[in-house]
Amino acid sequence: MELGYLLISIAKILGILAFIYGLLWVLGRPKLWMKIIGGLVAFGVVQALLSTQILNEFDRGLLFQACAMSMVCLGLNLIYGFNGQFSLGQWGFYGIGAYTAADITFRWTNGDSRGLVVVGLGVILEALVIYGINQFLKRYRGMPVLSAFTLYLIGTVVVWAGAVLIGNLLNPAISPALGTSDKLGPLAVGVPLEVVFFLAVILAAAFAAEVSFLFGLPVLTLGSDYFGIATLGFTIVVNTLLVNTDTILPFPEMRGGRGMLGIPQLTNWFWAFFFLLFVIIVMRNLLQSSSGRAMLSVREDETAAKAMGIDIANNKLMAFVIGSFFAGIGGGVYAHYIGFLSPATFTFLAGFNPLIIVVFGGLGSMTGTIAASFGWIFFLEGLLRVILDSIGTEAANWRFVLYPVALLILMLVRPQGLLGTVEWGFLKAKKVLVRAQPEPASSVAVNQSTGD
Amino acid sequence: MTVNTSETNQPILQIKALTKYFGGLAAVKTFDMTLERGGLTGLIGPNGAGKTTVFNMITGLYTPSGGDIVFQNESVVGLEPFEITRQGIGRTFQNIRLFSNLTVLDNVRIAYHAHAGYGLLDGIIYNRKFQAKEKELTERAQDFLAIFKLENLQNEIAKNLPYGQQRRVEIARALACDPRLLLLDEPAAGMNPHEIQELMDLIHFIRSRFDLTILLIEHQMRVVMGICEKISVMDFGEVIARGTPKEIQDNPKVIEAYLGKGAANAA
Repeated sequence: MELGYLLISIAKILGILAFIYGLLWVLGRPKLWMKIIGGLVAFGVVQALLSTQILNEFDRGLLFQACAMSMVCLGLNLIYGFNGQFSLGQWGFYGIGAYTAADITFRWTNGDSRGLVVVGLGVILEALVIYGINQFLKRYRGMPVLSAFTLYLIGTVVVWAGAVLIGNLLNPAISPALGTSDKLGPLAVGVPLEVVFFLAVILAAAFAAEVSFLFGLPVLTLGSDYFGIATLGFTIVVNTLLVNTDTILPFPEMRGGRGMLGIPQLTNWFWAFFFLLFVIIVMRNLLQSSSGRAMLSVREDETAAKAMGIDIANNKLMAFVIGSFFAGIGGGVYAHYIGFLSPATFTFLAGFNPLIIVVFGGLGSMTGTIAASFGWIFFLEGLLRVILDSIGTEAANWRFVLYPVALLILMLVRPQGLLGTVEWGFLKAKKVLVRAQPEPASSVAVNQSTGD
Repeated sequence: MTVNTSETNQPILQIKALTKYFGGLAAVKTFDMTLERGGLTGLIGPNGAGKTTVFNMITGLYTPSGGDIVFQNESVVGLEPFEITRQGIGRTFQNIRLFSNLTVLDNVRIAYHAHAGYGLLDGIIYNRKFQAKEKELTERAQDFLAIFKLENLQNEIAKNLPYGQQRRVEIARALACDPRLLLLDEPAAGMNPHEIQELMDLIHFIRSRFDLTILLIEHQMRVVMGICEKISVMDFGEVIARGTPKEIQDNPKVIEAYLGKGAANAA
């Protein structure tokens, strides 16, 4: 084990933390042009490092994985850290996002438009149906949640059957324009693959969000612990379905347990950075709005939140759906970086990783989650693995002894996680200053009443 | 019983034959109550008499087994708690339930959620509407805290405040929901005499300032007798007496409920 390599690796980890801090700092500047320039510089710095091979292929992979992991963990932190709903389902939504996005681009590059058309159409119609049924149900007070769920489910089945039907009808017309992977048709040349990739990731995330809506609707009425168990079940169901994609599900290209090959590797630093920034900004704005405060109040005290006029069922569902949306984006980014998806990645055991990261970074701290995600990937998959590999062939497995011990120590020393609820720069809520002059009229009124 | 009524005023709250069973146990049996607009009514009784259960049914946390609750001429039975709050019934809790890890200002701003005036999407895209409404909402919350002389504590984490201040924040937060009827569940519990005096002043003040009807549960006789105009006494889930503080003090049934049989004669 060379000392030089070790030092460089540590320097990289510190560099990344400095990068995150710098990014959040510059985004927190008051002027819009400062934010934009700062964002571009942050993007440019890493792009330059990647182009000049200072960050090599291995680091590149870690970087994209870390970005995907950050999105998943931010979503989980929204559900668990900010809204207080203990969820183990995040990994399932990650898997759904990854496979859906991969399937869309895979089919597109192989001359099959159905992936994009069916998912696109299905997602949009499903959103309309959910909205429509929601408006319809508002008229009927006190309908049991399971009856409402049944209505949504019927709507969903109809919509997706329709989407598949339309996709199959349109496909013979579109497919020739796409050509095959050897000989590209006019459509495949005309529409850049990047655009399809972008649509695929967004649609896959929206799909994951809609699944989470249907799943969360009945299940979120359970208390927090029971909800956790139910979401664990969800992750297992998703994993089982992924193992059987070519047998019980009609997707032979996903090849079941053998893993899906040939996904175009479209994730580059631009997309990873773009989607990560998107997730960070959306979540930050959400949390600093009234809906975000309502989410915090549900975590703090449900009964009091009810008494404050907050529709907690709706609020929990909102947090769950948005969190799953983020997981779906992360899945799409991951799938197009790695180019190969295996159900083994999406087992429920691996599903504990986001939970550990979120707890490690601090429940209720976005900064902590981002830092912990990057630290986790770069330390555990990067540095530690390389060090241990140089000790012996099987020594890498010691990682799974070392990090639980680290976690144990952290929980003993600092149970609120590394950063607790502390936020940096952009993510920090603006402090509302105490106004200099209290309202004079009212203080008089108080004095008068004291004189009664 | 009742009331110093002016004929034009409808009662703000009418409870008719309200009943709640937990399993076979009747926590509240055929409870009746009428609250006139602007009144300050006390609900007292020994521990376990069912007072908080009545509160929980009025605010929708429990569904009544029978009976009806009519608030401003509309039945609120079967509504979700948040809907009842939005109709105009605010409450505080026996054991203070602040959002303890949030600031005092956020505690009050959360109460404004239903009237924030912008939606989820406005917040996410951070548009002008959001910024304007959010600023307005924050200023409203600050004005509100100033009324309660809490403006200097706005950035304190709620759980770090002393007990009396927490109670004050809780009352402020309940009033931020803009209720017409305020339910106070043992507001003076755990307070020292000085704090109790402040609380009584506060209750008088908010009642006149916010044009409220107040119903309070309290064990501190000093508070109940000092500020309530009407008192209902509950025991074993039933109302055993109603009247003015003076009438209640002399009522043998009440003395019996509190001190046991025979005590009335001894007194």
